[in-house]
Parts: sequence; C-alpha cells; structure tokens
Amino acid sequence: MSNPLRPPRGPHGAPAPDSRDHTGTPHGAPPPPRPDSATPVEPSGARRPTPAARLLESRHIGWAALTAALALPLVIATPYALNVMTGAALFVMLAVGLNIVVGYCGLLDLGYAAFFAVGAYTSGILAIELDIPLLATVPAVLVVTVVAGLVIGAPTLRLRSDYLAIVTLGFGEIIRITATNLEITGGPSGIYGIPGLWGDGPTDPALFYYITVGVVALAVLFAARLGRSRLGRAWRFVREDEDAAAAMGIRPHRVKLAAYVAGAVWGGLAGVLFGAQLSAVSPASFTFLWSALVLMAVVLGGMGSTPGVVAGAIAISLAPELLRQVQDYRFFVFGVLLIVVMVLRPQGLWPQRTRESARTAARSSARPTGTPASVAREESA
Amino acid sequence: MSLLEVEDLRLTFGGVRALDGLSFTVGHGEIVSLIGPNGAGKTSAFNCVTGFYRPDSGTVRFDAVDVTGRSPAAIAQLGVSRTFQNPRLFGELSVLDNVRAGTHLWLRQRMVDVLLHTPRYHRTEQRVTDEAHMWLDFVGLRGDRAGLVRHLPYGEQRRVEIARALARRPRLLFLDEPAAGLNHGERTELVDLIRRISAQGTALALIEHDMGLVMEISQRVVVLDFGRRIADGPPAQVRSTPRVIEAYLGRDTDDSELAAARGVIRGD
Repeated sequence: MSNPLRPPRGPHGAPAPDSRDHTGTPHGAPPPPRPDSATPVEPSGARRPTPAARLLESRHIGWAALTAALALPLVIATPYALNVMTGAALFVMLAVGLNIVVGYCGLLDLGYAAFFAVGAYTSGILAIELDIPLLATVPAVLVVTVVAGLVIGAPTLRLRSDYLAIVTLGFGEIIRITATNLEITGGPSGIYGIPGLWGDGPTDPALFYYITVGVVALAVLFAARLGRSRLGRAWRFVREDEDAAAAMGIRPHRVKLAAYVAGAVWGGLAGVLFGAQLSAVSPASFTFLWSALVLMAVVLGGMGSTPGVVAGAIAISLAPELLRQVQDYRFFVFGVLLIVVMVLRPQGLWPQRTRESARTAARSSARPTGTPASVAREESA
Repeated sequence: MSLLEVEDLRLTFGGVRALDGLSFTVGHGEIVSLIGPNGAGKTSAFNCVTGFYRPDSGTVRFDAVDVTGRSPAAIAQLGVSRTFQNPRLFGELSVLDNVRAGTHLWLRQRMVDVLLHTPRYHRTEQRVTDEAHMWLDFVGLRGDRAGLVRHLPYGEQRRVEIARALARRPRLLFLDEPAAGLNHGERTELVDLIRRISAQGTALALIEHDMGLVMEISQRVVVLDFGRRIADGPPAQVRSTPRVIEAYLGRDTDDSELAAARGVIRGD
C-alpha cells in the first residue's frame, strides 16, 4: 500500500523537488498508467447522467434549435407569425446578453432595456440623419454601447447586489426619460422611417427573419463561448466570492465591468435589429416592463445556462401570444405560471450544468511538462 | 533582504486596537508561524498584508516593493497567495474550476481565439485543466473533481483551497489555520504537504493554534499579543519565553500552572 500523499523522497530524505507527482515518476520518463484508485475521478456515489439529461446537455441541441428556427417559416409564414418569431429571436438575443451580466457574473441589472434603447436610437438616428443603411451604423453602435456600458457601469458596479439593482433600475429610467425629452430622439413619439438594413426601405419579413436568426445564433454561440473562457470563469469566481477571487489576482471591478459592457453590446446590437424590424422606435418600447421580462426569461430558464436562457426567452416572448384566448387575464395567468415555476423549480427550467465533462474530468495523457517546483521557479525567474 | 517586511502596522476597529505597531518578516523560502491568543491580531495582520484591510499606518513591503494599501488583486499579482480561516471556495463551481482560478494571473487568452475556438484556445484550456489536475494531485485530493466543490467533505475542501492558492504559483503563501477541523490523519498529511510546498521554494506564513504542528514545521515563530509582537525566534527559543507563557495563561500563574502552560505551548 503506498500512501498517495507521501511524496517521493530525495537522496537525503527530503522531498524530491523535481518529482512531478506522488507516483514517483522519474523526471523525463513517460508517465506510466496511473493507478488512480486512491484519487478517483468518479466516486462510486456520483450520479450518472440520465439519457434525457445527456440529450439536454449535448452540443447537438444547438444545431437542432437552429434548424428548427430556420425551418419554421416553411411551416407558417404569415406576416403575423414572422413578426412574432422575429420578436422572439430578438428576445433571445437580449436574454443571452443579460445572462452574461446576471447569470455569469451575478450582477442584478434591472435596467437592461437602457442598452437596447441606446442601440436602437443610435442606429436609427445615424441612419436617418446621415442617410446611410442601418448596417453601416453598427460600428458606431458598438462604440456607443461600450461607452454607455462603461459610463453606467464604472460607478455603479462598486455597489453590491441590491444597491446595484436599484441604481441600474434608475439608469434604465433615466435613459428612457431622456429619450422622451430630447429633440434628436423625437420626444415621446420617437423616430420613424428608419431605413432597412441595406437602406432601401424595410427588408422582406421572411428574409429579415432569417438574418435575425443568423445574428442571434452567433450571439448565443459567442456568449456561451465567452462563458467558457478565462474571462467567463473570472465572472463566475466573482459571482461566487469576490474576495476569494481577488485573492487569486482577479480584479473584481474590472471583471464586472467587462460583463456589463458585454451585456451592453449584446443589447445594443439587438436594438439595431429591433429598429430595423419596426422601422420606428419610441420611448414606450423601452419601459421597465421590458427589463423585467428579459430578466424573467433569464431566471425562468436558469441563470448561467445558455440553453435554459434561450428556452426561457422563447417561452416568455411567445406566452402572451399563446395566452390570447384568455384575453384580459393573460398577464394574470402569465404571472401565476411564473410563480408556480419558481416555487417548483427555483433553479430554472433548464439549469446550468455544473459537472465537468468526462473529457476534462479525466487527466489528459499529455501532462504538463513542468513540475510544481519548476513552474514556480519559472514564474519567479 | 527578506521577502516580506512588515513594519509598525497599526489598525483599529472603532476603539479596539487590532494591531498596535506590529512588525515581522518572512524570509525567502522560510516557514514562519504567527501564533498568539484569540484576538491577538493574527488574522488582522494577514488581512493587512494581503490587502483585505488597509492599515491605519505602517508599511508592508513585498520583495522590496511597498504594497501598503494596495488591493488584494494587486498584491496577488506580485506573487502572494492565501487561504482563508473558513475555506472560501466557489461553492457552486466544480472542484477543477476552483483550482483553475489560480491560473487566472498567468493564463493569456485572446478574445479572437475564445470566440472562434481556435486550436490555440483548446491548447490553453487543456493546459489549465492539466495544471488544475496537477495541483489536485499535489495536495492529494480524494474525491470527485468534476462535481461541485461544496459536495466535498470539509477536509478535502481545505485541500482544494490550498491547491487553488498553489495554482497561482505564489512566492509567498499565507495559510490561515490550515489544521483547523482536520482529523489526526489529515493533520499528518498537512505537515507533509507544507514540507513539500516549502521544498519547491515557496515561502510560507501560517496562523495556527495547533502548537504541536507549529513547533514541528516552523523555522521561526512570531508570537502576537494585543496586536504586538512579543516574541520572535526559532520554536525552541520561543516556547521557553516567559512572556509567551504569560500571554497564553495570564499573569500570576503559579509554578504548576506554568509547567502545564509550557506543556501546552510545547504541544505535548
């Protein structure tokens, strides 16, 4: 019986500094098959994913959803249906953007519609004033939303949870009220006559739907990939414990600001598509209800879970349409349904996967070439 | 010149003097223990040095750089790592992810690689995962690495916290009561682990109440009382210092109590 914790000993009984691990592998020799019984990756008690769970976690689910979205106009292509479906797709983009802020980084943002408004107004005004296609305004929209994210985020993100929620709520209202009162934003009636993406009037609804689905698919993919990167991990560390993250050299304020700005960019770009779809924007489109609904989609689907948030957004945006039968009571029924879901499943309908995949849980065959000792030296050198 | 030099630190909470002119040093590769009665200011000292508290006055120099009042992240960037008195892990994340946090400072990833999942992205991710496994091996973690860290038993969680701190590849590692709550076997393994960390050239500063452990592994012991250093030296010297015994048991102790106190401090 070898004690897995006992290090290999050097000639004088001191721990051999160049031993890579406790199996006593000589430096430079190929690692032998590791008898890992002492440190099992999978304990006997670990639950194995059910086939249904595995299906929900598989990568194919994204392709299936995209195929379904692209095939839907072949089934139903009335202008009304296309309009609802485009709206749902835009809502998905908003929800995925807010998920970066709320789900990944744990910042409660109640004013997300502000960035949606900034994007829609910026692109609409520029396109009308300069007489350029909407697509040409995208670089400017990126710059403006990043700046807006920094300006709103830098002072507010020093606050913690509930204070942050109130301040973001305030900023959401400030943006809306500013838009209502400025001349350049058209006051309460907003701006209209926004050109299509290529400038020549509104784009064909079916084509516009396909473009929207394409953009939203990329937005979903990129958001998910950001979540699986070094930055995405830093967001989660800050969400879980800011102080512990700081002790690892992560600057919480900077990391939170990055999440906020990423959310702003996603919201702003969704705003461009929103303006293109309606060819008009007004302050009434950016009320607190919007921010609340997007947040609801994130929470309902499962904070931090990409498929969950996408499903939540589709559910929230289609529910009022599907509940049309109950007419006046539809928001009431909607509210009751949400409460029921939150009581029965507080983690969301499709919660974030927290287990590592089998691939990362297993050690790779190509082990790091350095030893603990040598990497430490390398670092201090 | 020492790796860490703490000079005349003062810190008050309201009217309470947590630190009252504390000075101590940690040399390159040295194992130094901070001991003292409850409320002596040990954790306050740690928090000041690692940037979590801002001292009212005094200086903290790490590797000859004045880091007094810098943020915890800035100090961590210089090569300081720490654990907490009560493990502060990222509870809703996997064990591996927790250790990956330690790699944040030296891992570089470009946004383009991340969004397009280029081979370079996959290589960096693989490297991080391998590192996390390596440090978990190093601390001898038993248990499920792929699952949530909060599902691990307490003793294993403490190991994960040390692995996370090591993955930062620190030059100086602070351990705040690493042996608290560990059983006898785990304690023995901890002694061994601390020796192996030291053997790779990392300096260690620890707060510990387990006198046996302190006397066994420390090269130097700094004794605190009322926010001040009352003794500093090799274990053998410190444990026979009258002021140390007094600090632990109070004044006016008779000979038999004194003898018992020596036993406590010696770790019998």
